[in-house]
Amino acid sequence: MNKQDIFMVGVGGQGIVLASDILGQVALTAGYDVKKTDTLGMAQRGGSVVSHVRIAQQVHAPLIQEGEADMLVAFEKLEAARWGYFLKPGGLAIVNNHAMPPLSVSLGVACYPSDEEVKDILKRCTDKICFINGTSQAKGLGDIRTINMLMLGCISSFLPIDIKIWQECITRGLPQKILKVNLAAFDLGRKDMVDVHLG
Amino acid sequence: MKKLLSGNEALALGAYHAGVAVAAAYPGTPSTEILEHLAQFKDIYAEWSTNEKVAMEVGLGASYAGVRALVCMKQVGLNVASDPFMAASTTGIDGGLVVVTADDPGAHSTQGEQDSRHYAKMAKVAVLEPSDSQEAYDLMLYAFDISERFDTPVMLRSTTRISHSNSLVEIRRERMKPKQAAFRHDVQKYVMLPVYARMRRPLLEERLAKLATFAETFPYNKIVKGGTKLGIVSSSVAYQYAREIFPEASFLKLGMTYPLPQALIRKFAGSVDKVLVVEELDPFLEEHIRVLGIKVIGKEFIPRFGELDLHVMEDAGRRAGLLFAASKSQPVELPQGLPGRPPLLCPGCPHTGMFFVLSNLGQRARLLDDSGKAKGESKMIITGDIGCYTLGAYPPLRAMDTTACMGASIGKALGMEKAGVAQKVVAVIGDSTFMHSGITGVVDAVYNQSQITIVILDNSSTAMTGHQHHPGTGVSVQGEVTMPVDIEKLVKGIGVSDVKVVDAFDIKALRAAMRSSLDTPDLSVVIVRGTCAVLQKKRTRPRTIDVALCDNCGTCIKIGCTAIQKLDDQVSIDAMLCVGDACTVCQQLCPKKAIGPVSTASGESK
Repeated sequence: MNKQDIFMVGVGGQGIVLASDILGQVALTAGYDVKKTDTLGMAQRGGSVVSHVRIAQQVHAPLIQEGEADMLVAFEKLEAARWGYFLKPGGLAIVNNHAMPPLSVSLGVACYPSDEEVKDILKRCTDKICFINGTSQAKGLGDIRTINMLMLGCISSFLPIDIKIWQECITRGLPQKILKVNLAAFDLGRKDMVDVHLG
Repeated sequence: MKKLLSGNEALALGAYHAGVAVAAAYPGTPSTEILEHLAQFKDIYAEWSTNEKVAMEVGLGASYAGVRALVCMKQVGLNVASDPFMAASTTGIDGGLVVVTADDPGAHSTQGEQDSRHYAKMAKVAVLEPSDSQEAYDLMLYAFDISERFDTPVMLRSTTRISHSNSLVEIRRERMKPKQAAFRHDVQKYVMLPVYARMRRPLLEERLAKLATFAETFPYNKIVKGGTKLGIVSSSVAYQYAREIFPEASFLKLGMTYPLPQALIRKFAGSVDKVLVVEELDPFLEEHIRVLGIKVIGKEFIPRFGELDLHVMEDAGRRAGLLFAASKSQPVELPQGLPGRPPLLCPGCPHTGMFFVLSNLGQRARLLDDSGKAKGESKMIITGDIGCYTLGAYPPLRAMDTTACMGASIGKALGMEKAGVAQKVVAVIGDSTFMHSGITGVVDAVYNQSQITIVILDNSSTAMTGHQHHPGTGVSVQGEVTMPVDIEKLVKGIGVSDVKVVDAFDIKALRAAMRSSLDTPDLSVVIVRGTCAVLQKKRTRPRTIDVALCDNCGTCIKIGCTAIQKLDDQVSIDAMLCVGDACTVCQQLCPKKAIGPVSTASGESK
């Protein structure tokens, strides 16, 4: 596998850091060098969260370079638009079709971008844009918090790493009592991507 | 076997394997997790100290007692701890003493940037700088050896990106057995009367010279051979960015950045056509190298502030004329006008109610514009402090006028009052910050007959750094119950007679307490108690809005609760985010009584 720079973005509370932790363990178990770092604001909840995961034979910098990410994995639409410029030309954008309006939108001093605007912004970097209804799929499983494992499932279909390693690392990373529903979410995310191919 | 560890985990494991016996810290992003990881080992004494100064003194005492000690803090924590840090340099140590300071280039979670290495120069102690988690582990082991070999505290300087990045670590050792504590009486070494301090002074210079000689052969000061056109001197995470942007250059990678290996630097500079110094924040290495008479380039291209990354590094390389190939990545037009998502108080935060009350009593919504500048005469000045509650400065609450450093709210309020401002001055401080450095401010206010009102927002947690315990909670870092320090008794004991304790979620009571405190000419303290929303385990009946009753007046939006959202002109409450019965601030404030618990609300809303 060539280097994979995976850029995960979303809102605090969506479980992005846990997902990128597990992705890091997967890469390590599969024998790659890996660095991962999160840029968190000061917020416990509700702030913008970004996780950089870099997988290769040898990784130096912990941060992905702007315009170099192979994959943008956005847990929320506005965050997809905000961080799209990290994608390399022709990189893959996986976007959870879910809106979480920030306070400025509620206060009426800012507008939430339309789906078309989000797409237009992402199209500046790539034509490979996959919207998935991850949050409603997770809701369908009975636990909206499984969105992070669902997005991890999406990522898994593009990395040449045995599915057993993914399952093993998820099993090690999550409490037993919520494992089943999370593994189901992982499978759903993986299936969401069956028809998507990296160029 | 290799493990994927954060820099902070690796530092903790390194200290553990080095046989550390005592570890002390005050939480501070990005350093907090070091002590949290250490506290998991049962054969170490680890403590959350009241503040960094006390932590440093605890570490120093343990070192004097002959055992290895670790003290951890963020960079501004070293300002607080600087007095014992300087003293530790003068007396030297017995057991190895390592001081971790985690700098924050880019000020991700700090009131400013600061390059801690200057302190080491002032104190004449060695600085080690890891560039990834492996080096964090390795250098921590070395740090204790260097400390004991040279009779000095050692600074181990991390940064946000080192502390909070995960990378692979080969664990090389088992835990060394700690020494048995034993204090060796030595008045001339440990009692810094001027006469003895003067005797120690030349020893510091000797020590520094010995350290500089040691630095020449220190294995983590190493030359990575590449081409001869460009040689890069670098340390910490900056090295990683430079490696990636300049794959053909030669490198002098410094793991020890003070004192510097002069001969090694000269040798390296002599082997390349041009020398570039790459470091985050101040030109610390660069200035030292320039003094050696070596021609280098550096800060004229590498930014002096903000965090470095590959983009900044590449841009600097281009401006310096060191990169000729076209950039791989095309510049993309950045999206304009997207709504920001700044950190805000959580839904159900116990600080929100008090800030709403302060905002309204001071008529701030009317008197301050969105940038916090006055449009009219404010009714009240609110001096703030460091913690989650600093976020109360943002609109729509706008209930904070100043934030400087830990514990400063009370002194600032006192100063404003004594300067003679017309308005009532209110100091707002959290419980952990109050313990850290607010208490002495109250003593000053009592002693000097101040008339300020001090609001202590007590959520029983050091919330912003991740909910650590502190003296007020009476629970240790290991989770054991100890002796809680009672804030109410404490302020009464200092001599404040007007002390009220109010429920953080009772708006009427908050308003009454504040009105009464603002009217009294005496010093007053209002303690606002409520559990942190993140620690609020009981998630009961979220609130909902009865659209039949709601007239869209917008009062609930002005609370600044992120669970209350307005899209397409309809206000709704996100049931996932609302903490329910534990809060109810919006329900209390709704003039139309349109807000109630989900099960009893008559109308349906989304």
